[in-house]
Amino acid sequence: MPLLEVNSLVVEYRTSRGKITAVEDVSFSLEKGETLGLAGESGSGKSTLGLSIMRLVPYPGTIAGGQIKIDGVDILKLREQEMRAIRGRKVAYVFQDPMTSLNPVKRIGDHFVEFICTHEPTVKKGQAFNRAKDILKNLGISPERIGDYPHQFSGGMRQRIMIGLAIALNPDLVIADEPTTALDVIVQAKILDLLETLRRIYGMALILISHDLSIILERCKKIIVLYAGQMVEYANSEELHENPMHPYTQGLLRSIPNIELSDQQLSAIPGSPPNMLNPPPGCRFWPRCQFAEKKCSSEAPPLVDVGNQHFVRCFFHVSEGTNNE
Amino acid sequence: MSEIVKAENLKKYFPVQKSFFEQLFTRKRSYVKAVDDVTFSIKKGEIFALAGESGCGKTTTGRLVIKLVNPTSGRIHFSGEDITNLKGERLRLLRRKMQMIFQDPYASLNPRMRLGDAVGHPLVIHGLIEGKKEKQELVFEVLSKVGLTPPEQFVNLYPHQLSGGQRQRAALARSIILKPEFIVADEPVSMIDVSLRTTIIDLMLTLREELGLTYLFITHDLAVAKYISDRIAIMYLGRIIELGSRETLFLKPMHPYTQALLSAIPVPNPERKRKPIELAGEVPSPINMPSGCRFHPRCPYQKDICSKKEPRLKEIEREHFVECFLYDV
Repeated sequence: MPLLEVNSLVVEYRTSRGKITAVEDVSFSLEKGETLGLAGESGSGKSTLGLSIMRLVPYPGTIAGGQIKIDGVDILKLREQEMRAIRGRKVAYVFQDPMTSLNPVKRIGDHFVEFICTHEPTVKKGQAFNRAKDILKNLGISPERIGDYPHQFSGGMRQRIMIGLAIALNPDLVIADEPTTALDVIVQAKILDLLETLRRIYGMALILISHDLSIILERCKKIIVLYAGQMVEYANSEELHENPMHPYTQGLLRSIPNIELSDQQLSAIPGSPPNMLNPPPGCRFWPRCQFAEKKCSSEAPPLVDVGNQHFVRCFFHVSEGTNNE
Repeated sequence: MSEIVKAENLKKYFPVQKSFFEQLFTRKRSYVKAVDDVTFSIKKGEIFALAGESGCGKTTTGRLVIKLVNPTSGRIHFSGEDITNLKGERLRLLRRKMQMIFQDPYASLNPRMRLGDAVGHPLVIHGLIEGKKEKQELVFEVLSKVGLTPPEQFVNLYPHQLSGGQRQRAALARSIILKPEFIVADEPVSMIDVSLRTTIIDLMLTLREELGLTYLFITHDLAVAKYISDRIAIMYLGRIIELGSRETLFLKPMHPYTQALLSAIPVPNPERKRKPIELAGEVPSPINMPSGCRFHPRCPYQKDICSKKEPRLKEIEREHFVECFLYDV
């Protein structure tokens, strides 16, 4: 049984100006200890997807359909009280901005103690404190700093503490939402290495959400590329890199500068992402797609299995897919 | 190629605000040495990148060069003229020749100004136009240049009606309307979606060809710097620690910090398993700078001399400058 199973998930935001389908028909599964990357531009629905796995989609968002199973239990059917047993203990979330997600008037140790004791009421304060010290050691922060306040730490260290808090209850799955976007490259590499090490030590699965396809290609085994709320491509990282099939993925890969290549020719994807209040009919990518045909603007393409655990949402691979069979 | 901008021993120290008691009991003032003795020159027509991590002084350097802040000491030359102490009317005239593009296109355009007015505003400020019609013509011209076409559709829009990429195009249009020679672009693409970044970068390259522009391109993203620039200067804690052409810098980085920085950049290739060079600790505070070379506490190759003496930027190879004792013979 997979650790996480998402089946045709739909998440909507009902705003005063209309309904936005931020996540539409997304399905995937994740085994214990696996790494999955969610890549996409701003507004592609990657954070909404991440938050819905914790059932934390902010108002006015609602999960309008589908299933999210964790260890076989559909969490969308759970009561809020039961959900609290999942958050933190089974699934933990690392938020993007380490500057605002820690309480500025609370010492670091108290963050850990509060978090551990709320979820595990039998644990005594002193024990929680000792556990916090152990975690700090694993994070590469001196345990003596447990009494310091958040402002006494640098951005990179604060993000480490956020990661430490996330793993404090030894969850099975950690969702890291742009964990390094606010940080410099050297710190970024350190944080990603740390996540990787901790994942190995604690045997967690990891969902890494990032707009930066380079990071995802480098760090994740499986990759989902999201565009305008839809999964446009889903494959292993090597497969996605070697053989990207969706025109959007191809365009993204062509627009990322690679410092290892000399005289690289970059090209952009024309146009800009659609207004989600009023997405284009048919395939959501067709107005920007160089291969678009008449059919693309009227019919929505299905997600096609092209073999080798590679899925693409594009008409041009329907025929190829069937030919291969 | 002649030099268009020359910065000599540029320094900018910002005084640190002290608490009331500290003011009473201590005499010593402390400073943030944002830019600490930086020398470089930019050739006409080139794209010169200043790269480094946050807090290294790259933005302050850019602002010094176009006189948005005044240096603590040092000199700035523009087209051969010393502009360090330029004031008033003469400075205003100079501003026509140098413009700036900012990082955040959401904040750099007035939300209550229609695009046409915002883009044409520099013309009004500098009193370069007679009537409305002339302004409109010029605005139309620059809008089509930056790809906001047809311009008549865009002039009456407000910034919130545009996407991030379109806003940054508008900011570019505003910066070129005075026909400047030199543009400081401060992280112009870091807030723009990846799929649109290349269009902005390519637009900047096209404008350079068409208008004969020179850019100072400030960025934290070395991959972007590598794509766009001719020469790159790497800054660390207020100093340029390595400067060279794009090719030499990426093929043969010499300063240990540059090497670490390059090794930390993610490469979009899952098969390539790179090993980032580990640096000890984090960037120290620019108020309490380490003695000697300011990189020495984190440097994997530090020697005795590094904590005692400050290294100077030296030309190790032709057109390749490094500030490190490792290359002293």
